[in-house]
Amino acid sequence: MHVSPADGKAPHRVQFRINGRQISAELEARVTLLDFLRDRLHLTGTKKGCNEGACGTCTVLVDGKRMNSCLTLAVQCAGRDITTIEGVALSGELHPVQEAFMSHDAFQCGYCTPGQVVSAIACIAEGHATDADSVREWMSGNICRCSAYPQITAAVLDAARKMGG
Amino acid sequence: MRNFDYAVASRVEDAVVADGANTMPIAGGTELLNWFRLGIAAADRVIDIGRIDGLSSIEIEADRLTVGALATLNEIGEHRSVREHALALSQACLAAASPQVRNRATLGGNVLQKTRCAYFRAEAPLPWGCNKRVPGSGCAARDGLNERHAIFGWTDACVATQPSDPVVALAALDATVEIHGRDGRRTLPVADLHLTQEEAASEGLDAACSETRLRPGDIIVAYHVPIRRGLRSAYIKVRERASYEYALVSAAVAVTLDGGRISQIVILLGSVAQKPWRLTAAEQKLVGQAPTRDVVLACLGESLKEARPLARNGYKIAMAAGAVARAIATAVGDIR
Amino acid sequence: MSIGQPTVRIEGRSKVTGSALYAADQYPDGVLHAAIVGSPVAAGRISAIDTTRGRAIPGVLRILTHADMPRLGAIKMPAAITHMPLQTDEIQWEGQAIALVVAETIEAAEEAVPLVKATIASAPALVPGKGRLEAAPEGGPFMAKGTTGDPARSFAAAARRIEQTYLQPTRNHNPMETSACVAHWQGDELTLWDSTQFSLNPVEVMSMAFGIPKEKVRIIAPHTGGGFGSKGFVWPHEVLVAQVARMMSRPVRLHLTRSQMYSMVGHQPECRQTVTLGATSDGQLTAMRHDAINTTSIADTHFEAPATATRTYYASPAIDITHRIERVNLVQPTPMRAPIEGPGGWALESAMDELAIELGIDPLDLRLRNFADKEPFDGKPWSSNKLREAYAEAADVFGWRRRHEMSKQDGIWTLGRGMSMASTFCARFPSAARVRIQRDGKVVVEGSSNDIGTGNQTAIVLAAAEALGIDPELVSFRWGDTNFPPAGPVYGSSHTMGMGSATRRAALDARRKLAAHGAPMEGPLDLVALMQKADVDEITGVGKFDFPNGAPASMNGSGTPYAMQTWGANFVEIGVDRDLGVLRLRRVVARYSAGRIVNPLTARSQMIGGIIWEWGKATMEASIVEPRHCRFLAKNLSNVAVPVNADIPHDAIDVGFVDEFDPHASDIGAKGIGELGATGIAAAIANAVYDAIGIRVREVPILPQHILTREPPPRLEGRKSRR
Repeated sequence: MHVSPADGKAPHRVQFRINGRQISAELEARVTLLDFLRDRLHLTGTKKGCNEGACGTCTVLVDGKRMNSCLTLAVQCAGRDITTIEGVALSGELHPVQEAFMSHDAFQCGYCTPGQVVSAIACIAEGHATDADSVREWMSGNICRCSAYPQITAAVLDAARKMGG
Repeated sequence: MRNFDYAVASRVEDAVVADGANTMPIAGGTELLNWFRLGIAAADRVIDIGRIDGLSSIEIEADRLTVGALATLNEIGEHRSVREHALALSQACLAAASPQVRNRATLGGNVLQKTRCAYFRAEAPLPWGCNKRVPGSGCAARDGLNERHAIFGWTDACVATQPSDPVVALAALDATVEIHGRDGRRTLPVADLHLTQEEAASEGLDAACSETRLRPGDIIVAYHVPIRRGLRSAYIKVRERASYEYALVSAAVAVTLDGGRISQIVILLGSVAQKPWRLTAAEQKLVGQAPTRDVVLACLGESLKEARPLARNGYKIAMAAGAVARAIATAVGDIR
Repeated sequence: MSIGQPTVRIEGRSKVTGSALYAADQYPDGVLHAAIVGSPVAAGRISAIDTTRGRAIPGVLRILTHADMPRLGAIKMPAAITHMPLQTDEIQWEGQAIALVVAETIEAAEEAVPLVKATIASAPALVPGKGRLEAAPEGGPFMAKGTTGDPARSFAAAARRIEQTYLQPTRNHNPMETSACVAHWQGDELTLWDSTQFSLNPVEVMSMAFGIPKEKVRIIAPHTGGGFGSKGFVWPHEVLVAQVARMMSRPVRLHLTRSQMYSMVGHQPECRQTVTLGATSDGQLTAMRHDAINTTSIADTHFEAPATATRTYYASPAIDITHRIERVNLVQPTPMRAPIEGPGGWALESAMDELAIELGIDPLDLRLRNFADKEPFDGKPWSSNKLREAYAEAADVFGWRRRHEMSKQDGIWTLGRGMSMASTFCARFPSAARVRIQRDGKVVVEGSSNDIGTGNQTAIVLAAAEALGIDPELVSFRWGDTNFPPAGPVYGSSHTMGMGSATRRAALDARRKLAAHGAPMEGPLDLVALMQKADVDEITGVGKFDFPNGAPASMNGSGTPYAMQTWGANFVEIGVDRDLGVLRLRRVVARYSAGRIVNPLTARSQMIGGIIWEWGKATMEASIVEPRHCRFLAKNLSNVAVPVNADIPHDAIDVGFVDEFDPHASDIGAKGIGELGATGIAAAIANAVYDAIGIRVREVPILPQHILTREPPPRLEGRKSRR
């Protein structure tokens, strides 16, 4: 068993890959992945909406799987591949999901949008963007108070079609 | 939250040091971190069991389906074998929480989640009595806003329900849960894992705080679901919003038909008690009957008469009846 | 043509890439983290606060209480709350800030919060239903009480009469972004990054609180993560953070928790409304009476004015409106999408449906028969009104007149159809803009406008492009900083009218300056050529939209010969699962008379958003007050429901606008639309439930217990239903 230092609460040295870059950090165990991304790395695209896993604005990909970063300790992600909204559009070109969100007007205030985009990318990769009802159910982990839901669904379906070929 | 020590267990034997108070196990963390934030729990040490090998597989051997405790709700819900042999479990897993939560929430942790009672889930310090949070302080929900609380098995000390969806399906499917503890391995029927407040009180235990039969150091390692040919099952979850919400009432049924009539049936209700609640009387009445809505509703009377609603949750009785009828209709294929 | 073209949002790229910055995304060098400790009780006096254990947490620098906070200057509107926390030992609501922790890290600040122990002598709290009733305040923009005609006689003459009471509970805005701010003093100048709907409001309040000139306060707020009214006025935490930053001589940031969105900012109050309608047997209204009560806080008065709906909606020879407020120990309420006619329309449009059924008249015909062709109270002509066309088009698309031939059952769903009128007030506020035409022919518009997602930046770009006769691609907009000209608020559905007009005036001002170089005052311009001729770096135009005598606002056309309002026609179909008690939305058809639509792409999204808000109000939303403790029972998103994607069929909401140009409300022919979609739909849903299963529900949210048990125990207890 991996044993931590004798005094128990000393910071942990953690390594992960974030948006393709190797990152090393010393962290208290209690720091969530969300607070680590925002407050330490200043990757502020991932948002804090409720800090209890009830809204999805903090959605990131960990080893390709979407999860709420407010419910994940940073230390639990040691060795993992993390993708945030900042890592979605590589070399300046928008991802098809991002393009679709723009053309379908799938956002308003924009605060839930990073989580929606990351979640949608995973939703499509999971094979859940086959039809509107499936998209609606599998995107329900991202609350949008501006209530852009029909536009979000249209955007995800459109992006899935374009990506699926 | 307070800081805590963090260690990764590589074997389940290393995890039994977790006493559930000062040392807590963490897997998905979708409950534990909120317990820390609200003051429901405050551990000095957290042991990460999420990296233990061999606890996340989903396998069939001859007559049973084994689901490792670290399998996530999405993995279980979408697994071909689960869909084929334990459809209610798949439906229950996929009806739970959100896709993001389901990518981390494990079946081991999910059945151990705590009640959603709003009085219990308030941030510390609590302004009202909650015997789970502060033993002996009373139960504010008993005579308070108890729309979402128990209609079976409660006592004046506590009227909470167990909100897990999968546990109801597992109970209906006659599953067992395998536990690794300080004294080694043992197996229990899932239906016996939780206690209602009445059961706890009758055994001389703290009615509010004795929620499961787990002992300090116990780690759930797997569930075993018997595979029965011809068994049809379904899970129905009733809630006012279409997704990402806990059940008001849920129902899991496992039924076998013979010549179009019910030959065997198991009916469990969720979110009406602190454990999945079995409708034994209704099951007995339904054997030999046609599985139609009207017949089902007529057979539920005796079981539901045992309900003890609180001031604001009487609607749950009618809702439970509807949910059972719907679950049976879904299981036998009348409703897609 | 630019106005009227569906146009992708100009700030879209920053939002889909996560590069748009919100207040909590700011981390100036040396920033400290604040966390607020709230009162555990709703009323009483603090006799002691022990901060010892909190201060011992490593990383915690200070914990401030009312004992060591300097006295602030007296504050009033646009500060929502005059009972300023940390200035007094008196508690007036649960969650009222009683201490402020300042730490080097978020974790340290959050760890200290539960360790701060206050000793409070509790006092009995006034809970909704048992509060202190008072007459509503007079002299404001909405009528507190008024009468036209002779109601008593007209009710007596009515062939039929209905009188019912409608309830709605306290409800929270719950924008996805919890309020946040970062305060940074440089000398005696304050920079505040803030989540706000109107930057000029914190300018004014900081000036009051700290006794500094407004020029010394700069608000930077390019993006606010939803407001819906919760970020319109200034709340205590904004002042406290600025105060603490000054005391610490370092920038301080605060990001409210979700729980604190229930106690540190306002909510839509509980409303209890009694509507009485009298009519002839063929459906002509003879008299209307509307009495409404809304809750408010102990120290401050929020006047929701729901009975305003009865003032403006229908032609009735006699109308009687009364309002009261009920003081309770909760945080101050505040406008919430949609205010006023949101609650008012819930009651009135339910009552109209009940009257139609009583009379045996089609609910649509009842509306048409009582169409108000001028303002019912003062007789002013409408600045524009195409409501009848909206009814006709929406009814036709929905198939309203054929509904009795439509199926009543679809599998397990029992179907019902209902309709209602939508209508909101028309609020207009002053706004200023600057237009800079640059040497290369590109145009920059500037204004302090805030962004809560209404699409106003794009509308402003379109307005400038239209005024200058150029391609909108040549126009950009700089906003969200009070260093730019003072734009009006992004609330009250007012921004497009105000800033659109100011932008047009500024653009025309610049255009006039180009006349010297041959630019015509109408038609397309070749700015590249003109600027070459002018041979200057920049030509600037300024424009102001304001009111005679410096009036701070024009409500419903005040100060003009016209009455101003917006309207719509709502038709909904819902499904009821009678065995499980759940409701699901099947389709909505809505058509609006709301002036000229500047950007159809974003306007459609606004209306859909408003309709979904009403779905939430009608079927799930409530922030229930625990009556023994006078606090919201659940203060989170896990026990308080708002709609999710699965609630809304993806092609079910069909909205559209009647083609219209209002020359009086604004220079660009537009009126406001942001809140219009969130009126009337809740009533249409309740009307549809009645159509489906014959159960009339007069309180929202309509829950399974209403469907499964005809007389569920009331959620709002102890509310009197009569005056």
